[in-house]
Amino acid sequence: MIIKIPDFTISPRIDQVGVEERASRFTKRSLKNETKINGLKLALNMIDLTTLEGKDTEGKVKQLCYKAMHLHDFYSGLPTVAAVCVYPSMVSVAKKALGDSGIKVASVATAFPSGQSARDVKLRDTKFAISQGADEIDMVISRGKFHQGEYNFVFDEIAAIKEACGDARLKVILETGELGSYDKVRKASDIAMYAGADFIKTSTGKISPAATMPVTLVMLEAIRDFYYKTGKKIAMKPAGGISKAKLALHYLVMLNEVLGEDWMNNEWFRFGASSLANDILMQLMKQRTGVYQSADYFSLD
Amino acid sequence: MAAKKVNTIKLKFESARNLAPAPESKSVAKIEERYELFINGKFEKPSSKKYFDTINPANEEKLSSVADANATDVNKAVVAARNAYEKVWKKTSPKERAKYIYRIARMIQERARELAVIETLDGGKPIRESRDFDVPTAANHFFYYAGWADKLEYAFPNRSPQPLGVAGQIIPWNFPLLMAAWKIAPALATGNTIVLKPAETTSLTALKLAEIIQEADLPPGVVNIITGAGSTGAAIVNHPDINKIAFTGSTDVGKIIQKAIAGSNKKATLELGGKAANIIFDDAPLDQAVEGVINGIFFNQGHVCCAGSRLFVQESVYKVVLQKLKDRIESLIVGDPLDKNTDIGAINSKQQLEVINKYLKIGQQEGAEMFQSSCAIPKKGFYCRPTIFTNVAQSNRIAQEEIFGPVLAIQTFRTEDEVIEKANNTPFGLSAGVWTDKGSKIFNMTSKIRAGVIWANTYNKFDPTSPFGGYKESGYGREGGLHGLGAYLKL
Repeated sequence: MIIKIPDFTISPRIDQVGVEERASRFTKRSLKNETKINGLKLALNMIDLTTLEGKDTEGKVKQLCYKAMHLHDFYSGLPTVAAVCVYPSMVSVAKKALGDSGIKVASVATAFPSGQSARDVKLRDTKFAISQGADEIDMVISRGKFHQGEYNFVFDEIAAIKEACGDARLKVILETGELGSYDKVRKASDIAMYAGADFIKTSTGKISPAATMPVTLVMLEAIRDFYYKTGKKIAMKPAGGISKAKLALHYLVMLNEVLGEDWMNNEWFRFGASSLANDILMQLMKQRTGVYQSADYFSLD
Repeated sequence: MAAKKVNTIKLKFESARNLAPAPESKSVAKIEERYELFINGKFEKPSSKKYFDTINPANEEKLSSVADANATDVNKAVVAARNAYEKVWKKTSPKERAKYIYRIARMIQERARELAVIETLDGGKPIRESRDFDVPTAANHFFYYAGWADKLEYAFPNRSPQPLGVAGQIIPWNFPLLMAAWKIAPALATGNTIVLKPAETTSLTALKLAEIIQEADLPPGVVNIITGAGSTGAAIVNHPDINKIAFTGSTDVGKIIQKAIAGSNKKATLELGGKAANIIFDDAPLDQAVEGVINGIFFNQGHVCCAGSRLFVQESVYKVVLQKLKDRIESLIVGDPLDKNTDIGAINSKQQLEVINKYLKIGQQEGAEMFQSSCAIPKKGFYCRPTIFTNVAQSNRIAQEEIFGPVLAIQTFRTEDEVIEKANNTPFGLSAGVWTDKGSKIFNMTSKIRAGVIWANTYNKFDPTSPFGGYKESGYGREGGLHGLGAYLKL
């Protein structure tokens, strides 16, 4: 299929007031009983369990992988998370630890988190992560170039990384906290999708604000428009700032009402989060037992 | 080839519509078996000895019986209002008047949940709307006008504002409590006394307001609330001792009132029907515009006089807007108004549902193409799926007449001049909406469209400080803001 590349200088406008009002509407939905439990389990299954620290070690990553496979063994029938997200140097450790669990290994790349490096360094960074066994690559866009209006540069860079990814799925991090307006979030989303992104992702988690509901809504609407035009589905990953089960459910309501049920699985939606899982587990246990348990009953890895 | 495939792309919203039930509890709503007339500070039996049933349009079950006031009852209420005006209210200091109004506002807030549940039970509107819009906005109107009560000479400098006397107020069934607040608050603030009649299908929250007014210890007779149908309204309009008629309702009844008070000394404000144009230009933020269209026509099941019932889309974005609109309609939750997740509740009455269904037939006979959500609707009760018509022209009745339901007529346009002409080509002139990213275009449009309220890049926004009212067959006079005070004063 031939996809016609649009002129990114005139990407669709976003009305700030309207987007924020719409996003807040999703938070008014009241999820009860089986809808709530199914939602919580689905959210667990969509998590990219993440550790991205300078002090990450093999030990830390192995523990995280064990947590990914055994979220809370007191509660039978729980799904696993979708993926574990680490730095390239930790990919082989994670890959080995996860074995044949079916959990994917995602690796950040391209001079994460700033992206301030030369293209061939970014390409090598990506290829290294792939060679270590990464199933998914989380790249960052060059925000500096984007603000300078060098959209072709940003586009070409994403396309080049996509090529280097081979069969691995590419997540493109826009770092929306540095973009400054919804219009620019929309523009960056369009550039990423047309350049070959499999996922668009809000944030690195290193910049505040990270993911917000209005920003995610703008990106979901960009995905919808892309789908309308091309028939090609793009996945979405809000990352950073989503640590409560209730907020995760709000995101799922939004996803369900903007893109519909075809997107309601971990192939097409992920949460980038490190502490969300335990809050969801706590809520699930509460639904089952009727009382809240102390945080000490949920493992911290 | 790819272009053809695009038209078949549809999103799926079955699971988004089928959430587990989340009903608001009815236990807070105390509804009596029978309601009397609120005259001179007391609840009195009607001299007609007649009562009529009020039902829940969501399941057709009877909620309560309500007294049917005849001309004798109306006269009693007017006499009580006149006495209260001459002997008490006229002499009450503005600051004291303000205290009463503040008290009513606070009591509405305190009983917000009860009022919201009853509004939803009696009228069929979603609890989300009565809870988040109707009741808080009603309280806001009382707060706002309470503030003006002792500042009238600053509101109208170099004049000496005087109250008119007894105001007869007749309100519609679409926003029962809120319309009562719109009418009562400015009338009290300006020192008038009141005889108010709610619509016969939705009397309960006005009667709850009567309870609040009684509890607030407002002097007897200052506010009288009497229930009944058209003949009760006619008795108010024709009563010789009423100084001012404030009416919100249909254009047909508005015309009857206008004729009835011709040659009399009565002042009037009439807020009547509408057929608003909602206009989307190709440079608009389209997703937000689509959301505004949804809010414009499906808010309160489309029972809104300022509903954006005519949509004009610039041809270059028509296809994509239509696609987005259809998908958005599919994601709307239609059903039990008491469920917190319901977006579109029940049609207010069987009669109104018949009117809407009649227009659905007319639209199809006129050759327009009808699209409805594929959602299921409850078997009992009065429901209408959200509906849009495409392939519509100005000459179609569905584009000319007020339907007052969740039915949108969509037309396309090419230029600014063309859409201004079409937007104004209607006997109504209550409201309009303009969607564009360009500020200069907004100002051009708003100065050329003849409508009382024009929203830019939003729709159906209300505030007590902002005047509301129409041109042409949408009525005259303004409610809300400073203008709303003027309508109850000799200046």
